[in-house]
Amino acid sequence: MRGVRVTINFITPEGDKKTIIANKGESIMDISHTHDDIELECACEGSLACSTCHVIVDPEYYKKLEEPTDEENDMLDLAFGLTETSRLGCQIVMEKDLDGITVTLPSATRNVQLKGSKLS
Amino acid sequence: YHMLKEHPSSLVDMYEALPMPFGLVRYGVAPDHPEVKNVQNRFDEVARDARFTFIGNVKFSKELKIADLKSHYDAIVLSYGASQDKRLNIKNEDDSIRNVFSARTFVGWYNGLPQHRDLQPDLTCSDSAIIIGHGNVALDVARILLTDIDELSKTDITEYALGYLRKSRIRNVTLIGRRGPLQVSFTAKELREMMHLPNTRFHTDTELVKTELSANAELISQNRPLKRLMQILESGTSKTVGEKSWSLKFLRSPVEFITRDSSDPSQPKFIKAVKFHINKLEGPPDNRIAVSTSVIEEIETSLVFKSVGYKSTPVEGLPFDEKKGLVPNVKGKVLDKNGNEFPGLYVSGWLKRGPQGVIATTMYDAFETAEIIMSDIQQNKPMLSDTIDNCPKMGAEAVIPILHERGIRTVSYDDWKKIEEKEFEVGRRKHKPREKYSRVEEVLGILDK
Repeated sequence: MRGVRVTINFITPEGDKKTIIANKGESIMDISHTHDDIELECACEGSLACSTCHVIVDPEYYKKLEEPTDEENDMLDLAFGLTETSRLGCQIVMEKDLDGITVTLPSATRNVQLKGSKLS
Repeated sequence: YHMLKEHPSSLVDMYEALPMPFGLVRYGVAPDHPEVKNVQNRFDEVARDARFTFIGNVKFSKELKIADLKSHYDAIVLSYGASQDKRLNIKNEDDSIRNVFSARTFVGWYNGLPQHRDLQPDLTCSDSAIIIGHGNVALDVARILLTDIDELSKTDITEYALGYLRKSRIRNVTLIGRRGPLQVSFTAKELREMMHLPNTRFHTDTELVKTELSANAELISQNRPLKRLMQILESGTSKTVGEKSWSLKFLRSPVEFITRDSSDPSQPKFIKAVKFHINKLEGPPDNRIAVSTSVIEEIETSLVFKSVGYKSTPVEGLPFDEKKGLVPNVKGKVLDKNGNEFPGLYVSGWLKRGPQGVIATTMYDAFETAEIIMSDIQQNKPMLSDTIDNCPKMGAEAVIPILHERGIRTVSYDDWKKIEEKEFEVGRRKHKPREKYSRVEEVLGILDK
C-alpha cells in the first residue's frame, strides 16, 4: 500500500534499534503485525481491553500525541513498567508529524508485583 | 505460543478437563466484556499449528496423572489455575445454605460452566443482594445483576441465565469489604463501568472516603493507578438518581450466616442475614490491616455472594505450598520440598504466582515459563526421566491410546471447532455472538452422532 511514508524507530527490550518505514495511518500495532522482527503482543486486537501493546515513547514525540482517553489510561494503569511517556501501541497512529518517532518496547520480566494492587 | 515461536522443533500437547478449551477466557470473563475474549484468536492460531495437539475431556489427576505422562514427555507444564475459593473462616461457612454462593460459582453459572449449570439461584425473593469482597469479580457479579436485561441479551451470556435474570427482582447490590476505600482490589475500568450504569445510584460512606483520601493524599499522589481509582470513586458520590442502586460498605468482616427458621428440617435453610464485625484500620499507609472492634452489625439479605479470592488444589506427584496455595517454583521451574529443582516439571499462570492478574500478566508469566524451559533444554538440564531404550518421547501419540483404553472419550481441536460452529449458528438465530453448550454430555452427544 503506497501512501505517505513515515519513519519509526523501535528499540527492542534487548536494546537493538530497528528503523521501519511505515505508512501514514498505520498504528504501531499494525506495524508490528507486518514486521516479524518487531515483537509486540496485541492480545485484545486493539480494543483497549489489555496492556500487552504497551510502548514507551520518546519524550519529544510524546508531547505531539493526543491525550490518552480514560479507557486507554485504565489499561495503562495495569501495564508493567509504566513510565511518564507510556502509551498503548494500538492507539498510536502514524502521521506526518510523528515522522522519526522512537518507541521502546518494554522488557516483560516481572520481578516486582504491583504493590497494593490485587487484580482479580 | 512462545515455545513454538522460539523453539520451532518443539511439539506441544495440551490436556484439558472440559471438551471446550480456553478456560477462564470462556468461563471467567464477563459476557459484556467481549473484547477481552479477542485473545481466543491467538489461542486458535496456536491450536491450529501442526506441532500443537489439543486433547479435551480428560480430567487431570483423576483420569490422567503425572506418573502416566512421565515416560512420554520431556517436560510437563501444570497450568490448571486456582479452582477453589478462599475461605471466609466464619462460623457456618460450610453449611449448605440456600442462596449463599461463591461469586466464582455464579460467574461460572451464567457463563455456561458445566459444573455449575444447575446452580438455580433465587433472584426473586427480594430486591437486595450482598457481595462479600471488593475485587473485580465482585464488581462483575454486581454489574451483571444490575445491567439492563436487553443489553445482556445481546451478549454470549447463557440463555438459561438470561431467563433467571429476566425474572430477577434484584435492584440493590451492596459490596462489603474488610478494609477501607484505599485498599479495594478492583480496578479503574471496572469501577468506571459501575459508575456509568444507567438508572443506578451509588451509595457509600462518603465521610470515610473523604477522611481516607485526605489522610493519605501523599501516598495516593505517588501511585498513579490508585490516584485514578480514587478519582472515580469520588466522582461517584454525585450519582444520586436512579431506581437501582449499588453500594460500597467498608470496614466490615463477616462472622456468621444467619438463616431463616425452616419448617422442613430435611431441606437446607435459606439465608436471612449476615453478621459482621466492624473493623478499624491499623498499620503503615501502604500496608493497612483490618483489626476488629467489638461492634457488631447485622445486615438482612436473602442473597449472598462470597468473592474473596481463590486458591489452587494440590495434586498427586506435585510439590505444593499449602500456606501460599501454589506450587513452589522459581520462574516456573518446580521446586521439591528441599528447594531443589524438579527435573521436567514446570508451572504457569495462577498455579505459579497465585490467583491474581489480568491476561497481560498471565501472558508474560507464561512466556517466562517457556523461556525457562528453553534455557533448561539449551543447558542440557535433566528433564523427565528417559524411557528405558532412550527413544524420543511420543507425547499424545502414546497417551491418547492409553486414555481410550481407560474409556475416556478424548476431544480433538477439530471436534471443538465443530461444536463452536454450532454455538455460532445457534447464537446467530438469537442475535448473540454464540450460544454456549453447558453440558458435557450434550457436547459429546453431538460429536458422536
